[in-house]
Amino acid sequence: MITKTDRVSRRQALLAWSFEPRDHTSAWLQAATSAGAVVVALVIGALILAVAGGDPLAAYAQIARSSFGDLGVFSDTMVKAIPLMLVGLACALAFRMRLWNIGAEGQFFLGAWGASAVVLTPLLPATTSGWIVIPAMMLAGMLAGGLWGFIPGVLKAYFNVNEIISTLMLNYIAIAWNDFFIFGVWSEGGFQMSRVFSRHAWLPRLTDASGLVPAWAGLTTHLGLLFALVAAVIVWLILQRSRWGYEIRLLGDNPRAAEYAGVPIRRYTVLVLMFSGALAGLAGMSEISGVVHRLQGEISPGYGFTGIIVAWLAKLNPFAIILVSILFGALILAGREIQPGGIPRLIQGIVLVCLIASDFLLRYRLRIRRPVSPSA
Amino acid sequence: MHPLLILQAGVATGTVLLFATLGEIFAERAGVLNLGVEGMMLMGAMSAFSIAARTGNPWLGILIGMLVAGLLSQLHAVLVIHLQSDQVVSGLALTFVGTGLSLVLGEGLSKAGGVAQLPVFSIPLLSSIPILGPIFFDTQSVLVYLGYLLIPLTWYLIYHTRAGLHLRAAGEYPAAADALGVNIYGLRYFYVFVGGLLAGLAGATISLAVSPGWFSELTTGGQGWIAVALVIFAQWNPLRAAFGAYAFGTLRRFVLDIQGPTTLFGLSNPFHFHTNLSFFLQMLPYAFTVLILVLSSRESVRKRLGAPAALGLPYVRGARGL
Repeated sequence: MITKTDRVSRRQALLAWSFEPRDHTSAWLQAATSAGAVVVALVIGALILAVAGGDPLAAYAQIARSSFGDLGVFSDTMVKAIPLMLVGLACALAFRMRLWNIGAEGQFFLGAWGASAVVLTPLLPATTSGWIVIPAMMLAGMLAGGLWGFIPGVLKAYFNVNEIISTLMLNYIAIAWNDFFIFGVWSEGGFQMSRVFSRHAWLPRLTDASGLVPAWAGLTTHLGLLFALVAAVIVWLILQRSRWGYEIRLLGDNPRAAEYAGVPIRRYTVLVLMFSGALAGLAGMSEISGVVHRLQGEISPGYGFTGIIVAWLAKLNPFAIILVSILFGALILAGREIQPGGIPRLIQGIVLVCLIASDFLLRYRLRIRRPVSPSA
Repeated sequence: MHPLLILQAGVATGTVLLFATLGEIFAERAGVLNLGVEGMMLMGAMSAFSIAARTGNPWLGILIGMLVAGLLSQLHAVLVIHLQSDQVVSGLALTFVGTGLSLVLGEGLSKAGGVAQLPVFSIPLLSSIPILGPIFFDTQSVLVYLGYLLIPLTWYLIYHTRAGLHLRAAGEYPAAADALGVNIYGLRYFYVFVGGLLAGLAGATISLAVSPGWFSELTTGGQGWIAVALVIFAQWNPLRAAFGAYAFGTLRRFVLDIQGPTTLFGLSNPFHFHTNLSFFLQMLPYAFTVLILVLSSRESVRKRLGAPAALGLPYVRGARGL
């Protein structure tokens, strides 16, 4: 007769390996698993491409060439990376408190709308200097995006409404809200877009300074990059070097302990979602003012959703978000040339799957035992 | 634009939400939150339409659509059950993968044209009941009737069978269920799979019956997420889920139908397609989802009803906690 204990010990002797919880993970290991996950994801993506009848090596070479090939295309990559940086920071801030803000896409649209309202309503006369118009647009964009985070924040804090669903539903509402304006109120000549903003409302680009630095001619990287870098420093300071950050992290890691310690959980829920929305709104503003220069429907290839993956891949570290955004910016830029069009989305999804699967290796170590001989 | 016609079409549209919501109830009752419903529905809709267009057999389409979505659900199952990943993030990843994959594989499918239709029929006797007859039993798709069967079946299974007891135990107190000999891991894989099958069926219902065709992401248009919200509204109860699904289906249908005619009651229709007010109309289902969440969240707090206690938590044999 085989008892249960016999079976277990025999299995251990046969397999001679097991997973054991780790009590410590080094930063090096975290970075290595993230990088490993991306590599595995690219291999899986290549396999899918090959099965679908494509040439994966050529596709990847194409991605690399058309996003890092020379200074010009690298500048274009940065243009795609800027909104990802801001949205990634927005997600990281909320995720750190385990608030699942899936609504960055809607907050991005609202931010773009708020910034456009300054120019198109117009809240400021068309001749106002850029020194006033652009800060006003930033403020309006952050307010509008912040409002779109404030709503689910209040619903979560005071009505116990699941923020995943509310932020997601607000995405659809934001897009319909934008459509209302571009189809009707601000439509130019019946087209589904507003008129082009006057030059005062454009964020300065590198190419605008080509008189001073001739090498910058044609480079479209805009001032939004500076916004993103400053925002990364601010988010890092808040999360790692302030009492707010300490309490936000405590709420994320151990909400019960935070509650006993008297951390005002409701106030933080509202404020964090609002600030997160404001960052995503700033991303919308910088895209509209730095790249598109008008309000229209097609302003985001899913920046709000890619930002979630960026934040997760960067392990919610603000500076890592900047670097990861550049990689994903390259993917989005190159994605426009790859057929079929769903490929970048698919690769993003596979990256996220590999990433969360690899997290297992951070929490457990593989322990290989030498088979124990029965006599020992 | 007869009110009964809107309600009748609303029941058909609601059948989509019904399947997806029942599927998610199964998974969540077992303790697994699966936010990938939207992705699974898209894969189901795309595969079902693709197979039906190629073979001319819509039944085969439905079967494959369900299996594909079921297979996709197992990716989430492995990640959260064995690798103990965060269920929220894994569910999001599933939606990304499902959406991306369906866009890649569905490339060019939108030009495939019509496919063989599923049978549409009336139930003799029942369809002559005043008001209810025309709404529920008159010229509906076979899938709508399948939905009617599934509601009491699911309810009976969850509340009145041994398997249902095990299912609920796995979601409420897995350690206790495990001690009684219930295979928690196997059970969770199984019900996540059932959830995937039903999400696939929901997708197939769109692409083969309710609004036939493949329109990339617009095919589902967020209905997978509404289903996740409906589970909360339904308090994990199939009967309440059915009510919510049909009510929402009717709302969706109403929003679509009222945009059609150029005149309403002799006046020009302010909600006509792409007129200004129509955009506010399109917000309705989403705003309404948030509203019912506010109402049902308050109600569940008041009545102390809530999610299965172990929802979202990985089960590790021998570890402390649930």
